[in-house]
Amino acid sequence: MSKDIRIKKGLDIKLVGVAEKKTTNSSQSSVYAVKPEDFHGITPKLVAKEGAEVKAGDTLFYSKSDERILFPSPVSGKVTEVIRGARRKVLAVKIAADATQVYKDFGAKDADAMSAEEVKNHLFASGCWPFVKQRPYDVVANPNQAPKAIFISAYASAPLAADLEYTLAGKEAELQAAITAVSKLTEGLVHVSVGANTTSPSANLKGIELHKVSGPHPSGNVGTQIAKLDPINKGEVVWVITPQDLVVIGELLLTGKLNVSRTIALTGSQFSKPAYVTAISGAAIADVTANNLSDNNTRIISGNVLSGKEVKADEFLGYYDNQITAIPEGDDYEFFGWNKPIFNKISTSRALTFSWLTPKKKYDLNTNTNGEHRAFVVTGSYEEVFPLDIYPMQLLKAFMYKDLDEMEALGGYEVAPEDFALTEFVCVSKQPHQKIIREGLDLMREELG
Amino acid sequence: MSLKQNLHNLKEKYKGTKMAPAFNAIHTFLYLPNEVTHAGGTHIKAADDLKRTMNIVIMALIPCLLFGMFNAGYQHYAAIDNSLRADVLANFFTFDNLWIGIVKVLPLVIVSYGVGLLVEFIFAVIKGHEVEEGYLVTGMLVPLIVPVDTPLWMLSVAVVFGVVIGKEVFGGTGMNILNPALTIRAFLFFAYPTWMSGDKVWVYDAVNMNEADAISGETMLGYYAKSGQELTVKGANGAADIVTTYGDRANELYSTFDKFMGFIPGSVGETSTFLILIGAAILIFTKIGSWRIILSAFLGAAVMGLIFNQVVAADIITESSKFYGLMNTVWWEHLTIGGLAFGAVFMATDPVTGSQTNKGKWIYGFLIGFISIMIRVFNPAYPEGVFLAILLMNVFAPTIDHYVVQGNVKKRLNRTKVKTA
Repeated sequence: MSKDIRIKKGLDIKLVGVAEKKTTNSSQSSVYAVKPEDFHGITPKLVAKEGAEVKAGDTLFYSKSDERILFPSPVSGKVTEVIRGARRKVLAVKIAADATQVYKDFGAKDADAMSAEEVKNHLFASGCWPFVKQRPYDVVANPNQAPKAIFISAYASAPLAADLEYTLAGKEAELQAAITAVSKLTEGLVHVSVGANTTSPSANLKGIELHKVSGPHPSGNVGTQIAKLDPINKGEVVWVITPQDLVVIGELLLTGKLNVSRTIALTGSQFSKPAYVTAISGAAIADVTANNLSDNNTRIISGNVLSGKEVKADEFLGYYDNQITAIPEGDDYEFFGWNKPIFNKISTSRALTFSWLTPKKKYDLNTNTNGEHRAFVVTGSYEEVFPLDIYPMQLLKAFMYKDLDEMEALGGYEVAPEDFALTEFVCVSKQPHQKIIREGLDLMREELG
Repeated sequence: MSLKQNLHNLKEKYKGTKMAPAFNAIHTFLYLPNEVTHAGGTHIKAADDLKRTMNIVIMALIPCLLFGMFNAGYQHYAAIDNSLRADVLANFFTFDNLWIGIVKVLPLVIVSYGVGLLVEFIFAVIKGHEVEEGYLVTGMLVPLIVPVDTPLWMLSVAVVFGVVIGKEVFGGTGMNILNPALTIRAFLFFAYPTWMSGDKVWVYDAVNMNEADAISGETMLGYYAKSGQELTVKGANGAADIVTTYGDRANELYSTFDKFMGFIPGSVGETSTFLILIGAAILIFTKIGSWRIILSAFLGAAVMGLIFNQVVAADIITESSKFYGLMNTVWWEHLTIGGLAFGAVFMATDPVTGSQTNKGKWIYGFLIGFISIMIRVFNPAYPEGVFLAILLMNVFAPTIDHYVVQGNVKKRLNRTKVKTA
């Protein structure tokens, strides 16, 4: 029987700039980029040299730890530049796109007829493996470890998140093909979660365990759903795939082409017309947001306001992202900002903050930290927005003082940085929770494997 | 150029220098800083910071402070002329009373903040960290939990001790084990016991009053501890002496209403249970203070009080016992007298030194109330136990949390075992 997920702890952050349900095609960018740092924990080995001609689907680099994991070019064109940082670390591979796109042909497949090994090899060869991520550690999945289940969250609860019901509409065939294929990779179940009252295209898929999700953010986070359905124990692994990536896999199976194009939500108060656009992964931000973005002191984020990455207008869309958010920078002082009554910011306390009076109001928040960094002082506030059966502050502290035994015992295997986004948002001491978790997980991965 | 721009330029000038923390402390007091979120974290943050949090606690303390200032004067004049007590409400909110408060209580506040913040600034500059907000609350708590006649030099020494040994040696706000305000109170109690206990210190100038008047400088707990003992009250204006007991005298002087509203002698700000409950309401409503700790502390005190009442009812302790007086005090009266309410609401709820888990907070609070009443009854020298109970539980809070967290760890381990079995 499928089990519904209902959470009470959490916080819906309502912001100005919800994307209108209208999709336009963004003009094709002249330059695309693939950034190895989008694939956390991967050390890239370059295959494509500067000046090489590539088709969409050709390998740009592979993972040093597992040569089968290939990272493909999303477009066809010429590799113009490999940008390197300190110690010659590869930061980005830039590709000047052809006017007409040429796709490498991987051959259409019948997912039903494929064996687990064939599915795996097909995903390796086509460069689709990086779409499969794993918990623990929140990294690209290790293909040598069998997952106990696969989780797909088709419900987005993050602030201003793209409405998956809308962006996935009409993609039923692709989703079904991909589900059929990936379900062969696990002995366990494939869990798909959708919103409570939904007509989502994901709800009618076959071969899945469907769950209806209700409650505030982070109910849509796959980490929350794993914790409620089948929490990860030591030694276990679950795999996670986003529905928009399943569509790419599905299209590959049906047509033989790798087409990493997505419907992207342009959200936030700095967009004059927040709406949806289609764009290929790695597209230039300036092209995707053309004629829509206010450039007046704007923070552009590839992803959502809680866990996304800051990008400049001349940079590129993240590999996995289906959302661009633009909000005002908050680099200004506020006279007596620490003690005057506050009506225009969100707070979970009532300390002369009044957002509890207007739960439906949409706020135009900026990037100001609203206070300085301090040691942990206040207790009990994280628990109100943290639905996992974990003591958040104790885990964060264990991650800070790097006690591996405690990190393991307190639930380190069960968390990803994004699970600590809300606790970071409400943190009175302005501690960098997600950074602490990311660094701690990297340490655990290194030491405990 | 505007003030904002001037200060910004100064900040840039001081950046990286020794004086930067001191300047920033003043700058961030005037202006919420222009800091923006960093890479790798959330891009937006909620409105609350530590300054705002601490500010709410101070606001919750203000009614107690104002009341304490009036009460300082009222107890002084009432000790001289007991007839004032006949109509409390008419004789309480007078300018004469407030004036004593301004002369006696305000200097305590100023010295507490001045000395404490000076120590904080010095440490911030030496250690190169920002000035932290913890002392904003400590500095307000300290004058409220000392006797009104505490000499200012004594308070200064105690504040320096409390801030340095109680907090800074551990690394500052957020790292300390003991509540700094209570460390200061404990230091005063153990270093200068004659100034901190007895029947002469709770009322301004009681030391210099004649014997007949000065006796009413006893706190409620002082009366109840000796409730069976004989007391001779000298008759006013040549009238005959009255022979009574401490217990009867207390009931004659103070009604239940007086005790609840706080028209009784005691430390500056801890007498009014009514205003403390208003403070508690502010802390709980704003979600700054833990309702779990506050509620469970009162519960714990009530349970201990009930147990003692039963012990007396069962004739296990008789009137001849020196514990009889306070044991026989009705359980709910224990909640309104002494420092229990103030400690439970404003001291036990300190998030740094208290229990940090929700389950732990119930146990922690309950034990504070429970042990407070126990020490109160059994301590022959000084019938008050709240500050000792809280300091004791401060030390045990990490242990309580440890066992609560272990419960969670065990649950996780069991999950694995069920799987593999």
